[in-house]
Parts: sequence; C-alpha cells; structure tokens
Amino acid sequence: MSATTTTLRGRARVFARAHINTDEIIPARYLNTADEATLAAHVMEDIDPEFPGTVQPGDIIVAGPDFGCGSSREHAVWALRGAGIQAVIADSFARIFFRNAINNGFRVIECPGAAAALQEGDDVEVDLAGGRVRAPGRGIDLAFVPPGEFAEQLLAAGGLLPYVAAQLAALASRTSRADEQQAASAAASAARSSAPKPDQ
Amino acid sequence: MTITEKILAAHAGRDHVVPGEIVDVELDLVICHEITTPPAIRMMHEIGVTRVFDPDRVLVTPDHFVPNKDILTAELSRRLREWVKEQGIPHYFEIGNHGIYAALAPEKGFIRPGMTVICGDSHTTTLGALGCFAAGVGSTDLAAALATGRLWFRVPESMRIEVRGRLPLGVYAKDLILYVISKIGVDGARYRAMEWAGEAIAALSMEARMTLTNMAAEAGAKSGIVPPDDVTLEYVRSRTDRPFTVYTSDPDAEYVERVEVDASTLEPVVALPSLPSNGRFISEVEPVPIDQVYIGSCTNARIEDLREAARILRGRRVAPGVRVIVVPATSGVWRQALSEGLLATFADAGCVISTPTCGACLGGHMGVLGKGERCLSTTNRNFTGRMGHPGAEVYLASPATAAATAVTGRITDPREFLQ
Repeated sequence: MSATTTTLRGRARVFARAHINTDEIIPARYLNTADEATLAAHVMEDIDPEFPGTVQPGDIIVAGPDFGCGSSREHAVWALRGAGIQAVIADSFARIFFRNAINNGFRVIECPGAAAALQEGDDVEVDLAGGRVRAPGRGIDLAFVPPGEFAEQLLAAGGLLPYVAAQLAALASRTSRADEQQAASAAASAARSSAPKPDQ
Repeated sequence: MTITEKILAAHAGRDHVVPGEIVDVELDLVICHEITTPPAIRMMHEIGVTRVFDPDRVLVTPDHFVPNKDILTAELSRRLREWVKEQGIPHYFEIGNHGIYAALAPEKGFIRPGMTVICGDSHTTTLGALGCFAAGVGSTDLAAALATGRLWFRVPESMRIEVRGRLPLGVYAKDLILYVISKIGVDGARYRAMEWAGEAIAALSMEARMTLTNMAAEAGAKSGIVPPDDVTLEYVRSRTDRPFTVYTSDPDAEYVERVEVDASTLEPVVALPSLPSNGRFISEVEPVPIDQVYIGSCTNARIEDLREAARILRGRRVAPGVRVIVVPATSGVWRQALSEGLLATFADAGCVISTPTCGACLGGHMGVLGKGERCLSTTNRNFTGRMGHPGAEVYLASPATAAATAVTGRITDPREFLQ
C-alpha cells in the first residue's frame, strides 16, 4: 500500500467475536519461522480451518473488541499480511498488536460498531483521510478516529524500520559533516602552529 | 505524576509527561530470546545497522524452545548465539545457566527500580514488580531498540489496584491476579499501567509480586508496576551493586480507574477455558478430571512456587492416569530446588522434571496437549490451542492448586492439604 492511498476497498471477512488473540491468529507451533507465506498458510486456522484456503489478496478482516490480544508475536501481523489481508478493522485493538501493525506499515482501523454492522463478504470501503468505514451496498457509514500524527508518519514511512533508518542516516550525515568541519579546523590550526603535536 | 509517568519522563529528558503523549524513551535494558530476536537481527541487517547500541545493555537467553526441539528451532538458537558472539554481548546465558527471561533477568540482578526495559515478549510486564517500567514489544520494535537504544511509547494512563487485608492460607498472588482479571476482563487494563498498592501487596515477596505484574499482560496492560519498598530494595541490593533511582507516585497522581480488593475475602481461583478472565472461586468450580498438570512458566515457576507445590506433594503420589510436569523457571531455581530436596519430592511423587523452558505453556514442547485433553496449569493463558491441540482445554491456577489437583486427579482446593 502506498502512502498516498487514501481509500481502501476490499471484501469483509468478519470475526465478530471479542478478544481474537494472537495464538488464534497464528498458533505458536508455527513460530519456528518468520516466512510470511508459510505463516499465511495457517492464519486463523484454529478458529476457522477454512480461512487460509478462502482468504484472497485485498480482503479486510473485521473483528470485535481487543483484536490481537495475548502474545506479542509479530508473526500475527506477518501471517495476516502474508495472506494478503490489506487491513484489519476492529472495535478496538490490543496494544502490542496495534504497535506491531503500525511498525510494519500495516493498516489497523479502530472503528467501534463495525463488527456488529458489517457482514461476511460485504464490499467495504475505508476512507482513511475522512475517517469513515462504509459498505455502500448496504447503506452502512461509520466514523472512526484516525490514529494520530506519529502513527501516520510511521505508516507513511512504511513502518518503524524505514523511519529509524532515515533518522540514522540523517544523524550519520550530520555527524560526518561535523567530523569534516572538526578535521578542517584541526588541520587549519595545525598549519598555523609550527610546534610539534604533544603525542608525536 | 505516577511512578510510571516519572520513569518515562526521566528517560525522555522531560520534567513532565501526561498520558496519551508519545515520547521517545531511552532504554536501560533490552532483553532478547530466540523466538522474536532472529527476525529483529535480520531487520537490523536490512537497514544497514551492524552494531547494537550498547552490548552491556543487552541481556540474551534462549528460553522458548530449549533445548532445541527441532531443526528450525535449533536454527533460531544458533542464529541468536552467533549474533551474541559477533556483537560481543557479555550477558548471555547458555543452556545450563539459562532461564525464562522474565525470571532470569531479576534473579541475576539485571532489573533495578527506575529502569526502562523492553523485550520482544508480552510478559515483559513481569519486571515491573521491581519498580521499573517494563513493556513487551514486537520484533520490529526490538530491532529499532537494539539499533538506537531508544523507542517510542505512548504514555499510558495508570490504573491503581489497591489490595487491603491479607491473603488467607492457600490463596496466593496467582489467585489475586486471576480474581482481578475476572473482575476487569482481558482488556480491562488495555493500554494502561497497572499499579499495585496496599497492605496485601506490601506483605508479598518479590517473587509473588512478579506473578501479579506478569499477568498484567492478560488484562491487556502495557505494564504492571509495584512501587519499590524495603522488600524490593533488599532483593535488588543482594543481587547487584549498580546504582538505581527509586520513583514513587505523588499523592495527587491521577489514575484513570481505581480498583479495590479485600484480599482476606479471596479463595483459590481457577480460570476456566478459554480466557484468563474466566476465573471462578474454587468452591464454584466442578471437580473436573484432569489429564495433565503443568507447573511452570514465567508466571509461577520460581523457587517459592515450587516450595508451595512440594509442600502438598511431599509424601504423596500423583493420581493414577495424571501426568505431572514440573518446569523450574531458571537454572538457578532448578539448582536451588535440587539442593532443597524439592526435585526429589516431585520425582518421588511421580512427576517429571524438565530443564527450564517456556515449553508447553505456549504449545512448544515438553507437554503439548492432544485432542480433548484437559490440563490444569500454573501458566498465564488458556486460549484455544495455546498448549497444543485446539480441542484441548486449559485451566489456570496457582502451584498449590496444581499440586492438590495432581494428587486427586480432579480440580481440587489446595486448602484440603494445608490445614
């Protein structure tokens, strides 16, 4: 998803229950790999064995409160992304899952009421800038509060690592400019002085 | 400000922070294990970072799938070990000195009041028992933290759990936290810092406090914290000479919610499948037959936990048809249990004893459940499929309840054995 995308469209895959936990999203028996395709083959299988076979790229998961609670495994985000899920809309999210999603540049939309209103297979439209979740075919139009400036910065950067890499690069270039200036001034001062350096 | 706000402010170079703000926090310790760290190592390479920010502020132990359970997990441990060598990280605990990170780090004196600590693991909250800010994160956060020594945090609202009275005989910190989670729900502390206070908390050992803060994760909390007192200072000073700062909450600190509990009214609690919030007093729980009893994990496998279990199992036998697995949390606990004769007690009773590992708590190895099997476990999660087959059932309880259940083969009130 590019940073300029402002509207997402996809098919709703509804898990209306509360507290869908990361053991259910990707069981620990598969944590011996971080390969997204391998993880995707088992996504949600313990609560819906059909899901890995029926999920399609672009699908949007719609869930009840506290989605992603439990273990901190980032594999949950990777499994969902590996399966082609483009976003998760939930009444609310557990904190580590939410953090992991944002850090991976993966869209999570906190929209109370979505799980009750939307049905499996609905064509869903998410207006990211306007903060609306809609199912135009069924007259559903719900509001959500966008995640805030810092989260948007991370999402725009493609996640935390590209963000950190950019920060480190900026720091390195400031440091190397400072080093160059220091070296230039030291050279100038050495040239002005005819005395030998103390450590020579 | 609350203790949590003060610690975050101090590590963000600020005089004051308020809940909801996002702050950039300096980290005092980053803990690594073999499940979530190898992806973080790969990510660091991908962004061209070749050195960790400070090898002395990194603690590493393999713990989840150790000793290696299969080739893929052997590779995870191997990558972790090679990285430790390459980075010159001095604090590495190899098999034999290893332990579940959340029990090992405090035991070895790496956790001090006032610190900021992260690990790629949800139960990092455990460490807040020592009066520090400790939060679980994912692998990407871990990579960013290892690269820069800093991490972003939203300052959490604090929630105060005030526990008056004393816990009765046979009722432990595990029963208290299961009770609290049954009242507030598995998202009752979502995004919050759970701060503990009151007479009952003051009377708890450090180990028992760690059980409380451990399961802050099961209430959805960002962190759990017990403000330091003499118990904390004695525990820390007997383990490290490094300096630290003690923070406490101001009398006018703001809490988003206050929960009051009278410890003296509690009974042993069992959380029924399949949510940690399904806690019931044991007098209301059917004496369900159990296939396996698991005494282990970062929640309840420290030395006091093993002593409580051994107290009931001493001179008794495990019920026929029940499998009992004892997994000390760290190598230090294992050796201590050996020297105190606890391992002999367990072996004589018919239990098996494992080396420290997260093991079957997360369905890894050393006691994974089959279809339809029921396990009573001292661990922290009883989600569908958590300990193995999705058709298995997990009941959560204290080590004493686990031991009593091992003896009878049915969920049993430990007080029957403690009179």
